[in-house]
Amino acid sequence: MMARLNYAGLAIAIAFLILAPLEFHRYGLYILSQWAVMTIAAIGLNLTLGYAGQVSLAQGAFVGVGAYCAAILTTHGWPLVGAAALALALCFVIGWLLGYPALRVQHHYLAFVTLAFSTLAFLVFRNESWLTGGTEGIDGVPRPNLLGLSTTPHLRYYYFCLFVLALVTVAMLGLVRSPWGRAFIALRENPLRALSLGVDTRRYILMAFAIGSALGGLAGVLYAPLVGLVEPPAFTLTLSLNLLMMVIVGGSGYFLGPFLGALVAVLLPEWLRGLENYYLIFYALLVMGLLIYSPTGLIGIADRFLTARRARAASAARAALGASIERP
Amino acid sequence: MAAVLEAFRVSKRFGGITAVDGVSFEVREGEILGIIGPNGCGKSTLFNCLLGQLQPSAGEVRLDGRVTTGMRPCDLNRLGVSRTFQLLQIFPKLSVRENLILAAQEHKGTMLSRLFGPRDAGLSAAADQMIAFFKLGPLADELAGGLSYGQQKLLDAAMAFMAGPRLVLLDEPAGGVNLTMLASLKDRLKAFHLERGATFVVIEHNMDFVMSLCTRVLVLAEGRVLAEGLPAEVRANPAVIEAYLGH
Repeated sequence: MMARLNYAGLAIAIAFLILAPLEFHRYGLYILSQWAVMTIAAIGLNLTLGYAGQVSLAQGAFVGVGAYCAAILTTHGWPLVGAAALALALCFVIGWLLGYPALRVQHHYLAFVTLAFSTLAFLVFRNESWLTGGTEGIDGVPRPNLLGLSTTPHLRYYYFCLFVLALVTVAMLGLVRSPWGRAFIALRENPLRALSLGVDTRRYILMAFAIGSALGGLAGVLYAPLVGLVEPPAFTLTLSLNLLMMVIVGGSGYFLGPFLGALVAVLLPEWLRGLENYYLIFYALLVMGLLIYSPTGLIGIADRFLTARRARAASAARAALGASIERP
Repeated sequence: MAAVLEAFRVSKRFGGITAVDGVSFEVREGEILGIIGPNGCGKSTLFNCLLGQLQPSAGEVRLDGRVTTGMRPCDLNRLGVSRTFQLLQIFPKLSVRENLILAAQEHKGTMLSRLFGPRDAGLSAAADQMIAFFKLGPLADELAGGLSYGQQKLLDAAMAFMAGPRLVLLDEPAGGVNLTMLASLKDRLKAFHLERGATFVVIEHNMDFVMSLCTRVLVLAEGRVLAEGLPAEVRANPAVIEAYLGH
């Protein structure tokens, strides 16, 4: 019954994502495209943080690396797909290297190390003008032609973003449901025991960083042609914090968390635009309220109801079993 | 009988404190070796040195004659050495079955085959057998965090057995377990020992538990080996009585 409801909800959400934009204007399409792009980056961070338990304040920097890759290469005549392949590889390698500090430090300390990388990336974007255009950034990033079709119309570019999001979703679902997903969760829950059970924690930590960062880069590749302009202020620590919030508000370690979190982070500022300067205060209060009520985010609220139902059924079974198992 | 594990003059110093001081002993194929000793005598530190969790300051550890000092715990585990910890160490957000699958999934194939292979790494049947063996049947799909303490303790032991280890090191398995659960834990340990022929090393405070389970006992005091022998011999040894009871 519950499973059937879930599938129905999912079908409605997908139908909405495909059909609704047909009625949208330019701005609505832009917002929805941005949701798709940010969701991809948040899915990556959810792997690193939510599943594997490694704090990162550098996801925004990886979006930046991907965006600059796309901007630099496509303005020099590369196809976007080529830029995407390079950005994925580059961010995978940088993410892997950034994982090394995580082998020694955890939690807040790891946050600081990744924050340092975030700052470093920003300085490179701003100061290496020969490559990145400096403070002016790179303007006029073209949208790609795919299968002979130009994606310059906003609707087509939106569908392109949605298609990439669908690919990422399927791949990530396969990943977290494979034994790797189990190893990542074990790493988060109890690294000491995981290590003693043969889990090569070092390799899985590096993989969690590398894959998560690569998805950040992929989001950046889509971001560049969407906005058309790539400049340093877009990839400061603010973006990393925003992505972190998407993961946490949505529900860290839940597969659908990033989708909801990104929806809140992208839509809420638009809806609250009328509040002008008070918007941030209102937004902050809303997030605080949510996290007090449900520390596991929006998905956590749904999960809580489902678990309560399951627990009632299970406790009956347990009571019956408990009687037999405690007896020698 | 052949030695499975040998410790040769293993020492561990923390700053000026010598926790383990030149301990040598061997674990023989198929035995249940008990390691006992007063609090702070270096039992757990010795365990951690044997298992790669700590690097010994001096000395050597050999598994089947091969030097393993300096090896990481995960590599040692894949060679068939398994352990439990003093405090319960399970994965509360995974189901009982998933806990057990995790305990063996890294033992075969490669990273790539685990990524693209079946979701349960082909271990569901083995996990269910282990669940049945520990009489946790109806709990297979429950989250491990929802089990009672005693059930979690059984799961904890089951995880150490899941990959079919040849050597299992149990760190205070009886700690914090009530009497009825202790009896069923001991029963399962003995059954596993008989059926699979695994070799055990058990650190324990509970003398009755050690005397009734172990085939040989090693007594540590102040980081050194004080006595070694059959349970009855050790119990009668005046030096052991003194170390335990004081003057």
